[in-house]
Amino acid sequence: MLNSGDILETIKMIQEENLDIRTITMGISLLDCIDSDEDRACDRIYEKMMRKAENLVRTGEDIEKQYGIPIINKRISVTPISIVAAATRSKNPVKFAKTLQRVAEGTGVNYIGGYSALVHKGFAAGDLELINSIPEAMAETSNVCSSVNIGSTKAGINMDAVSMMGKVVYDAAEATKDNFCFGAAKIVVFCNAPEDNPFMAGAFHGVGEYDTEINVGVSGPGVVRAAIAKHPEANMTEIADIIKKTAFKITRMGQLVGTEASRRLGVPFGIVDLSLAPTPAVGDSVAHILEEIGLESCGTHGTTACLAMLNDAVKKGGVMASSHVGGLSGAFIPVSEDAGMIDAAVCGSLSLDKLEAMTAVCSVGLDMICIPGDTPVDTISAIIADEAAIGMVNSKTTAVRVIPAIGMKEGDMLEFGGLFGSGPVMKINKYSSSKFISRGGRIPAPMQSLKN
Amino acid sequence: MRAVVAVIGKDTVGILAKVSGICAECRANVMDVTQTIMQDLFAMTMMIEISELTIDYVDLADKLTKAGNEMGLQVHVMHEDIFNAMHRI
Repeated sequence: MLNSGDILETIKMIQEENLDIRTITMGISLLDCIDSDEDRACDRIYEKMMRKAENLVRTGEDIEKQYGIPIINKRISVTPISIVAAATRSKNPVKFAKTLQRVAEGTGVNYIGGYSALVHKGFAAGDLELINSIPEAMAETSNVCSSVNIGSTKAGINMDAVSMMGKVVYDAAEATKDNFCFGAAKIVVFCNAPEDNPFMAGAFHGVGEYDTEINVGVSGPGVVRAAIAKHPEANMTEIADIIKKTAFKITRMGQLVGTEASRRLGVPFGIVDLSLAPTPAVGDSVAHILEEIGLESCGTHGTTACLAMLNDAVKKGGVMASSHVGGLSGAFIPVSEDAGMIDAAVCGSLSLDKLEAMTAVCSVGLDMICIPGDTPVDTISAIIADEAAIGMVNSKTTAVRVIPAIGMKEGDMLEFGGLFGSGPVMKINKYSSSKFISRGGRIPAPMQSLKN
Repeated sequence: MRAVVAVIGKDTVGILAKVSGICAECRANVMDVTQTIMQDLFAMTMMIEISELTIDYVDLADKLTKAGNEMGLQVHVMHEDIFNAMHRI
């Protein structure tokens, strides 16, 4: 029998501590929509996606009502468009992005991810065309996200792609400079990209997945912070245990919602992403968890150690709560989407260099970071290369989502609004990396033994 | 199938009557009620059977939430599965 303590605890988590399901993401394979005629391919994509995702938003809303738990986003990820568009030999696959945009409007989902290419070793047919079209595609659509995988532990880092992506990110910001440079916020550059990630902007539907599946991302930084706050004298062993227990509860909810969504929609359940995804709302911050543990401000000495423990405990607690775990799984540290990170960056406690160190121990990478508008494209490429190197060597996913704030300089604030928050333009190293980036080629895959 | 109705707010006359009245109207059998009053804050959790509802579960939830709001109370109607998932292994 349920006891009222448990019931009130759950309600408190939802009401006061911002516990929610961050996203239900339907992955849809577009492999059977491939056609040498571009218009016919787009028609088939539209037809299949509208058919599969017709009830996604409504089902999400029904489940919200049934369990009384908010489900913030309903989204779709698709097969990387570079693969789908390759057969058309089109020089400009933007038409596919516009088709995805029409699906977003038709189904009511808030984002579609998969305007993507996987080029960690080299470029295949369609890859270069897709990468070159990203800035235009991001400017021409509002709900389509793009990602490019430029490195992996097994393949090394494709430095030609790294060089291209610096320019792509910059051009996307430039093309959307009247709209908060938002184009760049919809582009993620990955190393070791997961194929079942439900989170934007990096979601795409890998070719090894089901035809259609449901993946779920949970969230609950506020719940973790509140749980730690109840134990001001706990040592780090005890804090890790508290986080594990909390992560277990959060993830069980994700498992329940994912199972139910998959049953109602009649598609297989893929994975739960064991995530702590913050929002700019007060009380929904990963930085505040680190501060609750005992740091005066996120970014100070000790931040990497606290984050490493937090990330590991979230996984240990979550993994038993779910039958299948995947995606990015871990704590996210986006700057503009986290009230505590924003404050830490504004007060000077959190620097780009410290963020880079933090990404070595947590789930994603340099995320939602605004950089000065006059940052050279080669410097953006070098930031991507550094981050990819961390992912490659540590056999983990890393990503870069930086936003060149066109016309702004260090210390200015770029306001996105909503879930994307606002970001201070951060200081970058002014010395050039151009010669390194211009060399191109590939960084060879690292040793997997003799680890030190 | 069962659901939990949780009511939180300032204590006033007729809360239990109002909530259980709506449940009876829709053929939701009340199986268990726990209520406490902390200072003047009323907190009640009610377990109801929802297999034989005469209206949709979602409509019942809306009805109860609306009735609660009219009395200045927060009402949460949640399927029991969520609590079992979170608090039982």
